[in-house]
Amino acid sequence: MARGTFTGGIHPYEGKELSKDKPIKSVMPKGDLVYPVSQHIGAPAKPIVQVGDHVLTGQMIAEAGGFVSAPIFATVSGTVKAIEPRRLATGAMCTSIIVENDGQYEEVEFKPAKPYEEMTPQDKIEAVRAAGVVGMGGAGFPTAVKFAPKEPDKIDYVIANCSECEPYLTSDYRRMIEEPELLLEGLKIAVSIFPNARGILAIEDNKPDAIAKFKELTKDEDKISVKAVRTKYPEGAERMLIYACTGREINSSMLPADAGCIVDNVDTLCAVCRAVKEGRPLMERIVTITGDAVAEPQNYKVRIGTNYRELLEDAGGFKTEPAKIISGGPMMGFAIFDLDVPTTKTASALTCLTKDEVAAMEPSACINCARCVEVCPERLVPKNLADAVEHNDEKAFLNMYGMECCECGCCSYICPARRQLTQLIKGMRKIQLGKRKK
Amino acid sequence: MSDLRRVSSNPHVRSKTTTSNIMMWVVIALLPTTGFGIYNFGLNALIIVLLSVASAVLAEFLYEKALKKPITIGDFSAVVTGLLLGLNLPSTVPWWIPVLGSVFAIIMVKQIFGGLGQNFMNPALGGRCFLVISFPAIMTNFITNTYTGATPLQNLKNGVEPVVMDMIIGRTAGTIGETSMLCIVIGAMILFAVGVIDYVIPFTYIITFSLFVVLFGGYGFNFAYLSAHLAGGGLMLGAFFMATDYVTCPITPKGKVIYGVILGLLTGIFRIFGANAEGVSFAIVISNLLVPLIEKYTIPRAFGIKKTAKKEAKKA
Repeated sequence: MARGTFTGGIHPYEGKELSKDKPIKSVMPKGDLVYPVSQHIGAPAKPIVQVGDHVLTGQMIAEAGGFVSAPIFATVSGTVKAIEPRRLATGAMCTSIIVENDGQYEEVEFKPAKPYEEMTPQDKIEAVRAAGVVGMGGAGFPTAVKFAPKEPDKIDYVIANCSECEPYLTSDYRRMIEEPELLLEGLKIAVSIFPNARGILAIEDNKPDAIAKFKELTKDEDKISVKAVRTKYPEGAERMLIYACTGREINSSMLPADAGCIVDNVDTLCAVCRAVKEGRPLMERIVTITGDAVAEPQNYKVRIGTNYRELLEDAGGFKTEPAKIISGGPMMGFAIFDLDVPTTKTASALTCLTKDEVAAMEPSACINCARCVEVCPERLVPKNLADAVEHNDEKAFLNMYGMECCECGCCSYICPARRQLTQLIKGMRKIQLGKRKK
Repeated sequence: MSDLRRVSSNPHVRSKTTTSNIMMWVVIALLPTTGFGIYNFGLNALIIVLLSVASAVLAEFLYEKALKKPITIGDFSAVVTGLLLGLNLPSTVPWWIPVLGSVFAIIMVKQIFGGLGQNFMNPALGGRCFLVISFPAIMTNFITNTYTGATPLQNLKNGVEPVVMDMIIGRTAGTIGETSMLCIVIGAMILFAVGVIDYVIPFTYIITFSLFVVLFGGYGFNFAYLSAHLAGGGLMLGAFFMATDYVTCPITPKGKVIYGVILGLLTGIFRIFGANAEGVSFAIVISNLLVPLIEKYTIPRAFGIKKTAKKEAKKA
């Protein structure tokens, strides 16, 4: 009973027309590259280079710090200049390896461990692990871990998350239009890891050309199909997408694998393909530089570690002074203090808005209009949850399924009283998650 | 680090709907029936509506000023309260009735419980019920120059055949804003169209009430009797404009259905078995009081949570 959508959700201004017709442009980094050791969920990577070392493009500079972790690779050749804390897009400081680019781009030799035809599923997972591939849609969950659920034969769907529901972002869309074969190949590899799996390309119906293209490409594939899902935010949220494609519901304490699904984002699957077939580590991604403050919004193929400022300069800088700069899109992205932030494996966009709609807003009294309840994709009652947080009533918060919140921001977006609903709920979730760890 | 930019937690965009433009839409949607009321009952009706709106806004302003609270008359909620109260008064009342009602509605029902969003019953109806209980004779005097008889519902109760067409258009005795079903429905359509109100509450209310009338009205499925009940009295105004008052209706999807059903049942009981012809105001006010209870028991099960999970969680 896959309905191609979910209950709730919102339709914010999409802003995709700014950059959707701009072809992907490769840009070479000029300044130093910064590699934070924590670009993924799980244990931070451990640096294996020292200050003064010469590194080559594609050389591992930090190894995985545990099972749920991922190695990090240099994306240019040059000298390790420093290993010191740097600010991330999230605002946190993180130990980072700084590499001075020598402009030579000397590469290590990439070759797959085995010819593709001889690879077992385990070999493929190892190749993905060795390449440091993580979920590039934002969460950064190590893909190799995702590919190794307890019961691989229970996985019946591998869903390529091509919905790109976040406003302004067009990086996945450009990838689909320009390199559809790469994405399809990545999906096929992922499907081949699981004995009983079928592949689904879930594309929002505001990208009819991408849907048509993939329908054409997959017409002879019996294990891959295209699913047009309804354009609505947050269609691309993992739980919502699984529901839209399969009708199965998972909650916050379940993994997609519990519903027989593996969900991977467009860039991730492309990286999987490169890792398995060519033995190339994860070194680049597509980043959209957009927003009404940017002179020429663009989609860039970026070497991970490149400074945002360089990308923005290539896009012609600011047309007007931005009021807010966001790493990511306006719904889920992080507002950043300044542009000296490196792109990471999970950096999908830089959105520069001329109007800061939020900072000046004063929350007013809740009028109980129930809009937050209507839009909540998790079927929560955000108003009650936020009240519970304001009263520090942890028990009520947990009883009303507060931990199920996916922090999509729909409730804050829609609230006519401008209450900071998502923010309140998010804060309490962090507190509760912290308590669970103890 | 000199030019640090402003940051905030996501999301960074907001919808255009605000509290004040929601209230504006309600005012706009009430204009057709207000206009018809003034046309139907004359200048007196206009004065009463204006007095009631003005005193509601003034009461809110003065109360907040006196208590040194932020002034919130800009959100138009007091305008809506005053307007609804005015529309719920007969055109024959003396000038101090709307003033007293508005002041009671704003201060006793709304402000002392914490202002907008905190009132436990609809302020306009709270004000009206207060007036009906305190001044029953004044509040049920519907005799004007045009209409010398009883209201259609009073007639219905006494077994007089109503003229349904007049009731739909609104050419009957009654309170200023309740007589014209047509104008109220036009207003309701505006609210549906702009997404200010949801159809669940008014429709479950009207359907439940209709069923009740068919079952217990004593006329069976008599179309004229039923439509007279639907078009008469405050039902339409209540169902579309007052039962749907955000603050005093449940926010949970199931809760809305239960609330609508309770409203329908109570209205039916009051109208058919009660001493008065009318029942909508009291039905809504009583249902308002049940809302916290309804909400408590209708918190929806979150996405992905199985039916059994809650029981297990309780055991644990």
